[in-house]
Amino acid sequence: MITVENLTKRYGSHNAVNDVSFTCEPGTVTGFLGPNGAGKSTTMRMICGLSTPTSGSATVRGVPYRRLGNPGREVGVLLDASAQHPGRTGKEVLTLAAMTMGIDSKEVPRALDRVGLNTVAGKRRVRAYSLGMRQRLGLALALLGDPAVLILDEPANGLDPEGIFWMRGLLRDFADRGGSVLLSSHLLREVEAVADRLVVIGGGKIVAQGDKAELLAQTGTLVRAADPAALAMVLDRAGLPGTRTTDGAVVVPTGSEVIGRAAADAGLVLLELRPAGSGGLEQMFLTLTAGDSVKEAVR
Amino acid sequence: MTAVLETPAPSVRPEVRSPGLGRLTLVELRKLADTRAGLWLLIIIALATVGTSAILIGWAPDEEQNLEGFFGLALLPSAVLLPVLGILSMTAEWSQRTALTTFTLVPARERVIVAKLAAGVLIALLSTVAMMVIALAATALAGVLGGDGGFDIPGSLIWQGAAMQVVFILMGLAFGALLLNSPLAIVLYLALPMVWGILGGTISALADASRWLDINTTTSAMTEAGMTGGEWARVGVSAAVWVLLPLVVGVVRVLRREVN
Repeated sequence: MITVENLTKRYGSHNAVNDVSFTCEPGTVTGFLGPNGAGKSTTMRMICGLSTPTSGSATVRGVPYRRLGNPGREVGVLLDASAQHPGRTGKEVLTLAAMTMGIDSKEVPRALDRVGLNTVAGKRRVRAYSLGMRQRLGLALALLGDPAVLILDEPANGLDPEGIFWMRGLLRDFADRGGSVLLSSHLLREVEAVADRLVVIGGGKIVAQGDKAELLAQTGTLVRAADPAALAMVLDRAGLPGTRTTDGAVVVPTGSEVIGRAAADAGLVLLELRPAGSGGLEQMFLTLTAGDSVKEAVR
Repeated sequence: MTAVLETPAPSVRPEVRSPGLGRLTLVELRKLADTRAGLWLLIIIALATVGTSAILIGWAPDEEQNLEGFFGLALLPSAVLLPVLGILSMTAEWSQRTALTTFTLVPARERVIVAKLAAGVLIALLSTVAMMVIALAATALAGVLGGDGGFDIPGSLIWQGAAMQVVFILMGLAFGALLLNSPLAIVLYLALPMVWGILGGTISALADASRWLDINTTTSAMTEAGMTGGEWARVGVSAAVWVLLPLVVGVVRVLRREVN
């Protein structure tokens, strides 16, 4: 269980995170979506007590993170898989964490095994690890203390398709056993497959959140016409604002019947008319956050 | 959200109690030696110490080849290199970004800092013991090879030596915490006192201040048996400037810094 209330982080005049509130319930995977620089990592760092919020608060299992006695036994955290000493072996990284948490070091080989790192990999130094292996090591570290909550920042980065599939299964299983998972990503499709709930953040603000199915249902209708220019005119005349997708279709935030009638009245040939689903969410995601990511990239 | 189900805060389970300082100190001790850099630094210190004994046996006059001579010289390599281990203990958390893991597992950063200082003091004392063992072996060998081989050593020299190791590793930890950047901290740790020493030696107006503030000068008294109260006072004053001051500022910096 994670509760975030009105979390705000200001750096000078720049609002990195602005009044963000959401909760992650036990038994669910919450996808935390946003482009790079939208404030996902800053929010997660504040949840984990690594960064002090300008205002607002966050609790994990009802307690502010910094007041958790032995956080590793309650929350598994993976914020950056690359943040490991390259001169340490994978096994040593886990051994240090086990010592800190007061866990029998016999758990370490088991933890490595759980994420698909064998004994040979455990004995190698992190310097020699690929990004995918570092993500696996980070997951092993997060799971080591047998926590009830997982907070993972872009854990699929660097994993191969098989690894991503494996991780989805692992997170699904963790949630199904009653755990809460907060999982961030900048790719909608990546979290769509596993998340129950979505929190979409852009420019530091939450732009949408809710049940995944509900969000996907609310995203409007995708329409494609044989003559795109005529379609644009018809929609314009009907007062229906739409956003063009990259492949020439238009997503309109309204039901299919309204669009169908407008097209029929104009004698327009439609090739596609269907609920936008994730395509619509992606479109909304891009529209709401467009520009921000570019600005972030050069900030 | 419509309603919040109020559940009582779970009682503290034994396994969720914060890790004790002893355990954290052991973790920090282990971290000093479990990386390639740390391990090699320790190996080099050991080799250099054996080297000092070899130099004495090979080239020093026979009457200097006793325990006092061997131990006095054996302290030098670790006095120079052990602080680098202290610097890395503080800076690697930030340079290698392991602070992310360390402070997620132990959000009370001051406990980690205390554990690092304790681990530093312990390794300084352990190293003094190791130096003594090497010096004893060298003395015995020198005796066989025709040197003095005398085992007499003033007690004050032993604990002054240990104190010197502790002062220097704490200075390294302090510089590490202050600068949080490995190369910068190592360079400034070595260069600043040297620059101050040169300034104090050349500018006559600074000579008086230098006798109290040049830590390399004040601590050189620690390698001679039977330090006077005045010499201890000078060590104390210079340590306040070179150890305590950077340590206080450094600790505040580590406590406040954003981890990312």
